[in-house]
Amino acid sequence: MKIGRRSFLSFVIGGAAGTALTPLPWKLTDDLSIWTQMWPWTPVPEDGEVSYTNSVCTLCPAGCGISVRKIEDRAVKIEGAEGYPASDGNACILGLSGLQLLYGPTRVRMPLKKENGKWKEISWDEAISQVVNKLSDLRSNDESPAVACISGSDYGTVPRLLRRFMTAYGSPNFMTVPSMQDSYALTLKLMHGVSALAGFDFENSNFVLSFGSGLIEGWGSSVRMFKAKSLWKEKGGKLVQVEQRLSNTAAKADQWVAVNPGTEAVLALGLANVIITQSLYDKAFVENHASGFDAFKKIVTGFSPDKVAKITGVEESAIISLAKAFAGASEPVAVCGRGQGKTPGSLHEFMAVHALNALVGNINKKGGVWAVPEPDYIKWPEPELDEVAQKGLATPRADGAGSEKYPDTKSLLNQFPKAVCAAEESPVKVLFVSGANPCYTLPGTKAVKEAFDKIPFVISFSSFMDETAQAADLILPNHGHLERYQDVPTPAALQNPLTGLAKPVVEPLFNTRHTGDVVIALAKGVGGSVADAFAWDSYEACLEETMGDNWDTLLEKGFVAQAFEPPGWDSAFTTSSGKFEFISQACMAESHQAAPGKIAIEGDNKKFPLILMPYDSIRLANGFIGNTPFLTKTLEDTILKGQDTVVQINPKTAKSRFIFLDDGDYAILSTPKGRVKVRVNLFEGVMPGVVAIPRGLGHTAYDDYLAGKGSNFNELISPVDDPVSGLDAAWGIRAKLTNVPL
Amino acid sequence: MNKEHSKAKKYGMVIDLDKCTGCGACMVACMAENNVPFKKDETNKLDSITWMRVYKLTNGKSFPNTEICYLPRPCMHCEGQHGHSPCVSVCPATATDYSQETGIVSQIYTRCFGCRYCMAACPYHARYFNWWDPVWPEGMEKSLNPKVSVRMRGIVEKCSFCFHRYQSAMEKAYYEERKELEEGEYQTACTQACPADAITFGDLNNPDHAVCQLKKSKNAFRLLERLGTNPKVYYVSTREWVRRSGDNYLRGYEKEGKVKKHRELAGH
Repeated sequence: MKIGRRSFLSFVIGGAAGTALTPLPWKLTDDLSIWTQMWPWTPVPEDGEVSYTNSVCTLCPAGCGISVRKIEDRAVKIEGAEGYPASDGNACILGLSGLQLLYGPTRVRMPLKKENGKWKEISWDEAISQVVNKLSDLRSNDESPAVACISGSDYGTVPRLLRRFMTAYGSPNFMTVPSMQDSYALTLKLMHGVSALAGFDFENSNFVLSFGSGLIEGWGSSVRMFKAKSLWKEKGGKLVQVEQRLSNTAAKADQWVAVNPGTEAVLALGLANVIITQSLYDKAFVENHASGFDAFKKIVTGFSPDKVAKITGVEESAIISLAKAFAGASEPVAVCGRGQGKTPGSLHEFMAVHALNALVGNINKKGGVWAVPEPDYIKWPEPELDEVAQKGLATPRADGAGSEKYPDTKSLLNQFPKAVCAAEESPVKVLFVSGANPCYTLPGTKAVKEAFDKIPFVISFSSFMDETAQAADLILPNHGHLERYQDVPTPAALQNPLTGLAKPVVEPLFNTRHTGDVVIALAKGVGGSVADAFAWDSYEACLEETMGDNWDTLLEKGFVAQAFEPPGWDSAFTTSSGKFEFISQACMAESHQAAPGKIAIEGDNKKFPLILMPYDSIRLANGFIGNTPFLTKTLEDTILKGQDTVVQINPKTAKSRFIFLDDGDYAILSTPKGRVKVRVNLFEGVMPGVVAIPRGLGHTAYDDYLAGKGSNFNELISPVDDPVSGLDAAWGIRAKLTNVPL
Repeated sequence: MNKEHSKAKKYGMVIDLDKCTGCGACMVACMAENNVPFKKDETNKLDSITWMRVYKLTNGKSFPNTEICYLPRPCMHCEGQHGHSPCVSVCPATATDYSQETGIVSQIYTRCFGCRYCMAACPYHARYFNWWDPVWPEGMEKSLNPKVSVRMRGIVEKCSFCFHRYQSAMEKAYYEERKELEEGEYQTACTQACPADAITFGDLNNPDHAVCQLKKSKNAFRLLERLGTNPKVYYVSTREWVRRSGDNYLRGYEKEGKVKKHRELAGH
């Protein structure tokens, strides 16, 4: 057959048409997509039997009940546990992504010792014997106070084991990471005369006046606060937010009161002025159960609405109507503790805000503030103290807590770096750090790191390679939060005492050891009366014995909730007058008589015309646990862009004689403490003159999903001592923004 | 044939924007449930895969009259007219389909060859393309959920209303010789995770389900209704500017009466 042009063409065209009519092209496209997707490196998760294990999340002090879904022995999803008090069925964004911490690359897999700046694996026996030798040497030289401990919390069996160890060993230097809870505890101590924690009956409040508290940004027990906020909406409760920035809480509030930075206490006293002069206060409470009212009235007279309006920038009429609305509500409550409440703040501010609660008589009442007893389930006998211990405990603390200057404060971690840096030779030779990351979270991070460098032997119990673990000399890694038993005391700001139990969900993945067990082993190693104080064979035995009759319930249900009714006004106050004290004697001492109201921040306002204030986001973990990859992914590009922190400023701040910044521009942010390159986001929700910076970025440790992203606010600020408590009262620092030089 | 069994379901969501606090729990619950990958830098939001994404809206007013509102955006599972969702209509590979049984718009990864026509067609930016192979840091692949297949480079993915949860619930129901699901038996991961109780999920056709009542609120609206996509995600807000910004494309369009026409077509 002759193939001519015509027949060739008809063959080709016919063939093409024929092929198009067959399923072949479609089949090939389909196959092609399948072939190009069968890559061996795409993981195929193994299937298996599904089971759920309940536990309690210990990533932050909120202590939410969690339910972990497992496929065989793999944990695949964390959800909230139904029926768990306060968090009932939900967990926060950090808790939900907890598996990324469990299985993540930042876990410390075995004990590590730093030798010439490099980490070297070491066996548990060797690590413990090295610590024991150090401790024994110091003790035999009568240097027991040279051992110090920083614990993330004061409550729970692990912190108490550490504290007990310090006591039995003979060192007064047990320090805890400060938060608003310390300031509230002091407020209750001074005004109520009781050692208690502040609890808020938010579920029954119908008017919440918040002085900068990020109630839905992770303040207190975050999930419980989300639920309370929805409850207020359903029941018609009001939320008024006093803040410089339109935070989520301000955005969700019924009223946003934009007050000049640092004048919250002045506003509180101004409101008190209106409540008193218009006679709107609860007479039954003030006349029968309070003392110092006249003196308080005298102070408050100086805070007339017109004066307060000038200082705070809030209109006089708005102050008067806010005071009337607050006093007129049936269950009003005033609350403070800025942002997530991770910084203690000014004690005067706490007391001024708490005085508002007293004026409306909403103390230990439905919908008000309750003095909740401190967790008391740990009833270990006092350790027997030998001569060394007695002598050691009698020495003054390295951080100055309990001294003549700050008699009522239990721990002053913010003063500790200063004390170490100021001394020629570090007064502390061995430092334990548990459940804390001070090299990242403490304001004035540079001084903290300097202090850590000066301390010859730092031991970290961290499960993760965080900044403090990096700065340590020895890491004795704790099990991960889903691999261990741990008791979880009442979450911050909860009104009902609650004890939870975190249980192992999976077997420990690595060669880690429970910190409780390590402390017991160290005590046994030191021997003598120190060993006698730790009669338990293991941490688990200790925990079971401590929990006593509640152990079985804890194992089964995961929590023990105590029924609690706050004491009535007749028996609530144990001050010297037996009444609520508007003016505490502790504040009358000469050194403490700073003008009630403003805490001055660092920096010269000519050189630094702006004010840098941190803000918290629930999507950005800023505590001792860093952000997980999932959390960082949820961050808006107005918080983090590329590797840069984005600061928020008002468009008015962006255009002045000195600067000209557009949205997304780079700028240099400087404070008296440091300078960093940032990007700016122009946001109308920030007060002009304020630079708002997110807390939680700027990690140098952790993995590539977090390290090197943005700047750490704590490096741009240093603590400002509160005159009464000695705790850090800084709420910001003066700052300057400049264009990046071309 | 059992009459009940034949009744089509129309799963949908009502999101109360007054309750939503923008906490992001829905986003993380979704990512963990559905094996959504993550990169070292996720700040370019155009290529950051988020089946559920919480947007921040502002009223545009100056300080201190500024307001913000958060708006969680899953896939809208558009019904269009009789299942003609914008994405389904354009997919050349039948990789995405509208289920008449559940009202869920599916995405079949192995069929998708990554032409991204559906992404161009979706007015909600609910679809994402895998520009890179997913990488989990060593060890973290242990946390992957076997009920949802892991996607690979070169394909499009989106929210499925946690369809695997529907399948598990149905399997369980069949095993117990039931043909219908209780309202609580099938819930999406985001609904379950929302601590503010802002998301309600259920069968929009079933008058006993909460969504059926909630969507009738006078404050309920859907995104870009005028496009006639007939989405199954409803939003509720008492603030007018929020309701308005749910439809902020093409200002002045209302005058031509086209909104009304589309609303009629969409059965309103």
